[in-house]
Amino acid sequence: MDNKIEVLREEIRQRLASVKDLSELDKARVEYLGKKGSITALLKGMKDLSNEEKKTFGAEVNKLKGAVAKRIEERIEELKKLQIEAEINAMPQFDITAPADLDRGSYHPITLVQRQCETIFKSMGFTVEDYPEVVTDYECFESVNIPKHHPARDMQDTYYLENGQLLKSQTSAAQNAILKKYGKRLKENGVPIKAIFPGRCFRNEATDASHENTFFQMEGMMVDRDISISNLIFFMKTMLSEVFQRDVKVRLRPGFFPFVEPGFELDINCEICGGTGCSSCKHSGWLELCPCGMIHPNVLREGGIDPDEYTGFAFGLGLTRLAMMKYKVKDIRDLNSGSLKSLAQFTDDDN
Amino acid sequence: MLLSMNWISDFVDFTGLDKIELIRKFSLSTAEVENEIFYKGSELSGVVVAEVKSVENHPESKKLHLLKVDVGEDELTDVVCGAPNVRVGMKTAFAKVGARLGEITIAPRPLAGHMSYGMCCSEAELGISDDHSGIMDISEDVANGTDIKELYEIDDIVFEVDNKSLTNRPDLWGHYGIAREFAALSGRELKPLAVEDLKAYAELSKVDMKIEDPLCQRYSCLQVENITRRVSPVNMRIRLFYCGMRGINFLADLTNYLMLEMGQPMHAFDSRKVEKIRIRRFDKPFVFTTLDGVERNIDENTLMICNGDQPVAIAGIMGGLDSEIVGDTTRLTLESATFDAASIRKSTVRLSHRTDSSMRYEKSLDPEMTDVAIARFLYLLKKYDGGAKVVSALTDEYAFKYDTVELTFDKAFVDRYTGIEIGNDTILKTLSSLGFKAELSGDTFDVVVPSWRATKDVTIKADIIEEITRIYGYDNFEINTTRSPLYPVRMDVVKEDEDKIKDILVKRYSLHEVHSYVWAYYDEQRELGIPVEPNIRLANATNPNIETIRRSMIPTQLCQLRANTGYSPEFGIFEIGRVVEGVDENNLCIEKKMLAVTLFSREKDVRALYFRLRDILAVVADDVKHKTLEFKTAEATHSYEHPVNLNTVLLDGKEIGRIGIVHPTVGKKLDPKAAVVFAEIDMEAFADTKNASIIYDEPSKFPPMDYDLSVVVPSGVFFSDLAECWKGEGEEILKNVRIVDTYDTELFHSVTVRFEFSSNERTLSSAEVQAIMDRIVENLKGINVNLR
Repeated sequence: MDNKIEVLREEIRQRLASVKDLSELDKARVEYLGKKGSITALLKGMKDLSNEEKKTFGAEVNKLKGAVAKRIEERIEELKKLQIEAEINAMPQFDITAPADLDRGSYHPITLVQRQCETIFKSMGFTVEDYPEVVTDYECFESVNIPKHHPARDMQDTYYLENGQLLKSQTSAAQNAILKKYGKRLKENGVPIKAIFPGRCFRNEATDASHENTFFQMEGMMVDRDISISNLIFFMKTMLSEVFQRDVKVRLRPGFFPFVEPGFELDINCEICGGTGCSSCKHSGWLELCPCGMIHPNVLREGGIDPDEYTGFAFGLGLTRLAMMKYKVKDIRDLNSGSLKSLAQFTDDDN
Repeated sequence: MLLSMNWISDFVDFTGLDKIELIRKFSLSTAEVENEIFYKGSELSGVVVAEVKSVENHPESKKLHLLKVDVGEDELTDVVCGAPNVRVGMKTAFAKVGARLGEITIAPRPLAGHMSYGMCCSEAELGISDDHSGIMDISEDVANGTDIKELYEIDDIVFEVDNKSLTNRPDLWGHYGIAREFAALSGRELKPLAVEDLKAYAELSKVDMKIEDPLCQRYSCLQVENITRRVSPVNMRIRLFYCGMRGINFLADLTNYLMLEMGQPMHAFDSRKVEKIRIRRFDKPFVFTTLDGVERNIDENTLMICNGDQPVAIAGIMGGLDSEIVGDTTRLTLESATFDAASIRKSTVRLSHRTDSSMRYEKSLDPEMTDVAIARFLYLLKKYDGGAKVVSALTDEYAFKYDTVELTFDKAFVDRYTGIEIGNDTILKTLSSLGFKAELSGDTFDVVVPSWRATKDVTIKADIIEEITRIYGYDNFEINTTRSPLYPVRMDVVKEDEDKIKDILVKRYSLHEVHSYVWAYYDEQRELGIPVEPNIRLANATNPNIETIRRSMIPTQLCQLRANTGYSPEFGIFEIGRVVEGVDENNLCIEKKMLAVTLFSREKDVRALYFRLRDILAVVADDVKHKTLEFKTAEATHSYEHPVNLNTVLLDGKEIGRIGIVHPTVGKKLDPKAAVVFAEIDMEAFADTKNASIIYDEPSKFPPMDYDLSVVVPSGVFFSDLAECWKGEGEEILKNVRIVDTYDTELFHSVTVRFEFSSNERTLSSAEVQAIMDRIVENLKGINVNLR
């Protein structure tokens, strides 16, 4: 009988060593350890033995059973490990350096510079105002101290509509409405008016690489009790340093704009040449950037604000010009072309 | 405008000062100076006065002569010269060996076999005029060998001021006004203009002159005769030339010189042709020939100077051909006048003819200047032509006088406006240097604005601030932040929604933002077969293709899609822009801010693309407003709309836009192989919708129960119709309903709808769910939707 056990033990040993996967192993397990398995069968052949022999034989069989079960468990672990290894070996190496499929959308470059400016102004407590593109003569001219015979009103500069309204030639067209909108809070609660108003503007002129009849400006103003020229210069310098991400030098020259007095042309030092003079700054070292000034008393008065009590400054930034400077766009017409070859490049702000 | 530093120096002594630095200051304090400064005469040296002693024909050349000239040295110099005007005894400008004329250095050289030791120069070669017809003829009696630069004002610094920056400064259109600024900036004194005393002629008879039109503010005139001088003094011609004017003859040059000096345009008529000066307009248009020989159409709004009824000049713009001074003119009438600035500007626009004179009149010249200009003219005339004789009294009609501008303000006003401390003395000194009469009593300044600044330029206190600060120098300002109180800032909802929507469209759906024009794209739309719908138009469009304002952005975007079909097989564009939907009852434009989105695909079928766009809109509404969109079948009303699947988009039951497929006629022209869908949303209507807040729904601790229902949906029945069948059923416990499967055969369209039940309070019983479902199935049967 002992011999039977030994024969079976040897058979099982060889069988378990040779199984190649878990299902084969499971089949072997059933064959040896199952109810009808060969180890169980050994016990069935025990009936002819003496009780003493049964005891010894039974113990031997159980020992074998235990050893086989243990061996099967070990083989399971080994085979699992092999399977993982096989899986690992089966994994091909991917070419991660192949170009990525970005499938990106894009913002219009004007949106990008506009947002950048808006963020700066919001951080300084300015509201961002929206305003229509079709406005009245009063909004665009009369209310901002542009008298009847000012050249800006000439037919060749402004697009007039059949009903006498016009396409706003400047963002200043919103000044009066904003003064009126926030004037009450200024007068009753002492809340300063701080607003920027970006928007599309229109000029009736022929288009070429550097002229457009449709472009974007952003105007801003601040009104409070003691706003001074000194504040204006400080503010413009701070704001432009943020916009250009460097410590800009500003220079003010007298400039004539009907809605401000005094009015200024503001220059910043040319970044490209560092102020020594290059073709970008027409060899002056300075770039003329934005008109600004102290809001004309007539404009304040027309907005319902007493110029003897309050003063304020206003400025205009050419968003289209800023975008062109920032992204080195040479032909202004690209911006309204709708051509994705140009526009799809502006996937997001680069700051 | 070109300005000569020599000329300015006639009126201000700059001794010891850096002129270039002063020009820079002028640019920062007064008006923009162009970058390039011209150093006239700097490239000229070694040119002297020489006398031609002998002239012989050149044996080898018909044109050349062999000269011997006296350059003030012991020996005569041999020169070969080709000038036609050379003659024995004339004095000319002679460039000696070693002289420099720009790039050229004079060296001895053979000319057709004869050595030439120098060169006789024309004025053009010297750079002092454009006359190159012959060598310079020097009439001054000076020693031979005198350096030409000692004889004439050839060395000069000339700079250019941007005319635009002088728009509001009528006083700066002549050297004298500019000199006043330089005087203020340098702290030096401005010298008075030397003038002839006109009172001396008060007894003479007056010119027959009358202003018959209010557009003429002041007209001064005077008659002079016996002017014999024909050619202007060289220095005068040099100044005119440096300032961009050609020398013509003494009289014409002198009027130009006056204009460049004082900013006052002047005109000289032949007194024979202009005996009875009348200033008026005409009732009917006519043709008038100006002195440049051009026939111009004059209309009833154009002010004319007339001889009786006969027009002789366009007021403030240009004289007429017939009354011009000619060779045999003996007596001339000198005009110095001012006219209504706006009228002159409009006339120049109508005539499309801008002159140096009209340019100045447009700026509102000071009428106080007219008689002074005549007095100055006479002073210069007599200085250079001693024989000239005044034959009339100053005849002067002063029809319109500007009010004297007087301003009063206190020191606190200046402090508040500037934000810095500028001393009272500085204020007084600055104002008086600019010609203002300023007095200080206590803290109060009383200021009288000079007439040349009072025509429109300086009218209010804030204008005085500019005078004080610009001379003080903005570079010298101490800069400070404001001390305004802090308050929270509320942002515009439309603007905020706009930003969120752009982010969703770009970041989540990879769409491309474009910009476009607010008018309909007439040409491009025609190519696509989309007629421009009638709408309000531009009254003054120079190009008929941009005349009509658009009613919708969709045609614009279809045109833009078409231009991009080669960009990619699948892409989408969007823009938030404006449209105008006609006018309201007050005849004001109904302007709307719209979001337009169009998708293009050669890869997806039209159904997939359409649903893609539907989902984009749904996500926008869900993300920005936390709300669900509804859709309602709409009738196509525009040429580009496919009549099927056009839907109105509703938010909170309110129409906010539409979604649709492009009409096949347009689609085929756009790209026959592509699907194109569009949507347009009214941004203000969208923004007006209240944002639903998120109400936290605590996950249930009790098991949920799902119930699937597969139904056959007849055509024409939409999911929104099905939804009506479970509206109000099991409200508390029916948490969600969604489509989990669709199954289509040729015979029917079937969907499997999953009803998700759950309760936070209890375990649901199958009986109660079944009861709800039974009712729903019953309701569905009511609209002919049956179980599969």
